[in-house]
Amino acid sequence: MSIRYTRRDSLKSLAALGAAAASPLAFAQKPLTIGVIYVGPRDDYGYNQAQAEAAALVKKMPGMKVVEEENVPETAAVQKTMTGMIAQDGATLLFPTSFGYFDPHMLVVAQKYPDIRFAHCGGMWTEGKHPKNTASYFGYIDECQYLNGVIAGHMSKSKKLGFIAAKPIPQVLRNINAFTMGARSVDPKIVTTVIFTGDWSMPVKEAEATNSLADQGVDVFTMHVDSPKVIVETAAKRGKMVCGYHASQAKLAPQAYLTGAEWNWLTAYMTFIDAAKAGKPHPNFVRGGLKEGFVKMSPYGPAVGDAAKKMADGIKAQMVADKFDLFKGPLKDNKGATVIAAGKTFKQTDIELEKMNYLVEGVVGSAS
Amino acid sequence: MIVLLPAFAIAAALLVFGVIVAFAGVSPVDVWTLLFKGAFGDWYSWQNTLQRSAPLMLTALCVALPAQAGLVIIGGEGALVLGGLGCAAFAQLVPLPANIVGTVMVCIAGAMAGAAWIALAGALRQWRGINETISSLLLAYIAIGLFKHLVEGVLRDPASLNKPSTHALPDGMLISGIGGSDVHWGFVIGVVACILFALWLRWTPSGFSLRVVGGNPRTAQLVGLPATKLVLLACALGGACAGTAGAIEVAAVHTNANASLVSGYGYAGILVAFIARQQPIAIVPVAILFGGFGAAGSLLQRRLGLPDASVLLLQGIAFVFILASEALRGTDWLAFWRKVFGIEVAA
Repeated sequence: MSIRYTRRDSLKSLAALGAAAASPLAFAQKPLTIGVIYVGPRDDYGYNQAQAEAAALVKKMPGMKVVEEENVPETAAVQKTMTGMIAQDGATLLFPTSFGYFDPHMLVVAQKYPDIRFAHCGGMWTEGKHPKNTASYFGYIDECQYLNGVIAGHMSKSKKLGFIAAKPIPQVLRNINAFTMGARSVDPKIVTTVIFTGDWSMPVKEAEATNSLADQGVDVFTMHVDSPKVIVETAAKRGKMVCGYHASQAKLAPQAYLTGAEWNWLTAYMTFIDAAKAGKPHPNFVRGGLKEGFVKMSPYGPAVGDAAKKMADGIKAQMVADKFDLFKGPLKDNKGATVIAAGKTFKQTDIELEKMNYLVEGVVGSAS
Repeated sequence: MIVLLPAFAIAAALLVFGVIVAFAGVSPVDVWTLLFKGAFGDWYSWQNTLQRSAPLMLTALCVALPAQAGLVIIGGEGALVLGGLGCAAFAQLVPLPANIVGTVMVCIAGAMAGAAWIALAGALRQWRGINETISSLLLAYIAIGLFKHLVEGVLRDPASLNKPSTHALPDGMLISGIGGSDVHWGFVIGVVACILFALWLRWTPSGFSLRVVGGNPRTAQLVGLPATKLVLLACALGGACAGTAGAIEVAAVHTNANASLVSGYGYAGILVAFIARQQPIAIVPVAILFGGFGAAGSLLQRRLGLPDASVLLLQGIAFVFILASEALRGTDWLAFWRKVFGIEVAA
């Protein structure tokens, strides 16, 4: 079950919040305190910044209080941060945003505080297995990676693309595959070489991987690491192009930056905040893509040609209209085996996609 | 004077930190109040502080024990992750009773894994003449690589999709909080280990021999002490402590071994040991102080919106001051002031 929540809905609720603030009744309402926890620095141009940007918007809303903590490791420390936000700051809705916060940390704390709502980014909330006061939210950002691929496919002269990723896990493989399929929809001769650095924040290895791929002739890069900063800067320095990830890195390399796959977490945050304010049940499993406003594309950079823009915008319109499926058969992996049979189509909401363990045809690299 | 000097150093550091935050536009009084409140203000804060200090005591011992034999071991992180891995792997591969007996056994498995790893650094030094500081650090990188290879490979629980982990320990083997509090038994184990090792070093022939080896290896050999054996023993004991820390992290916090275990406790332990001047008994208060900084930093971020780096700054200033204040130990203050005064008169 995914909760459909459109950008229009979120605008409506924003307007409603504004109206509520204007009325004298609003003063009688106790402000809702939310706590947001980041695993890295808030200004990492990546995963954490994407969350912090949403938190900053929430902070400006009337009747909202936001407490934040950055650089919190996935240890007992995050349990302490959560209990601290509850006991010391009076937070009633928590956003532990790192994947590793889910099990056991958030589940342990959620059990102790059944009246507090928890919304985790990326986890797989499962009915019957996880408490009702917990939830997970995530976005189908592979749609944006597909569009990244379309742009990259148009812009690449060498027909060699580079993807620098942390670990071969389902969420990452899904992005690599979508990016590659997007590029190959432009030209089936294109290949994507993937390098796994082994962990989410490995700036030195990320720079080495970028240089090594550039040496091999790769001319457009994208990535799935916590902070794309190093890759974007290194690629730009080498005179190569980049498609961003998580947040916009356009500022770091205005000329080399083509476009990017960005989160729009405000949509997810408002889903939980609205439910909490209205006293409605906690939405437990929240997902959405471009259509629902969970993800967005960075504005095109100056280098992107009109043909590329036209094709990408066309596909984007189809995605928003729910007329475009990324993962449909026949689909082969890069070892030649059929992974999705002809005639079979997976919708984005399909749980099967969250278990992806292969790399599609056209990817150079290994998923294990 | 033993307590007075560090206390003055911390007070001075707080003063300097207050000036810095004042420049950042934050009231120093607010900051000081929150620091105290966050670390030691109430029972909640105390639990927070003590829980954070638990793994640090054991990883600090991984530095302090080999230091008695004159070694500078900085690879405790490697012993810790292998300890965690040993604990989880043992529970996964061998059928164990799902109760306290099982818990003890997996902790011993973790301790042995850590002991072997640091003893390796000691052996490389004693028999191959390789600097133990460098080798233990490099061994830590290898340990982390090995850890990830196994956790993401043969030991991986296939259900752990986006966060590769080993199978979880059975519920009966997990370590719980002391008397319903958030502080788990790892804290008690840490304190007891620090006290036992302090007594061992002070009151037993083998502990004394170890200190002789550290003081002067040539003399030790001249009087017939088995220097190599003692060095290896100190390394193994230190590694066993860090390994136990890793096993406790798995059994008390994570329930399985995964990459979140690599969170820098081993490196933080180096700092704790050096501030404690390698004295096991001094590790206890220093680790608690360290835990206090962590707990207070958390509150500081949430209440004042200060960046995480600000607490690191305070920690850095405090430790530089504590170390510098050591230089003042044994100063003849009367002579000092007379000299200062004398210079003034002469001028």
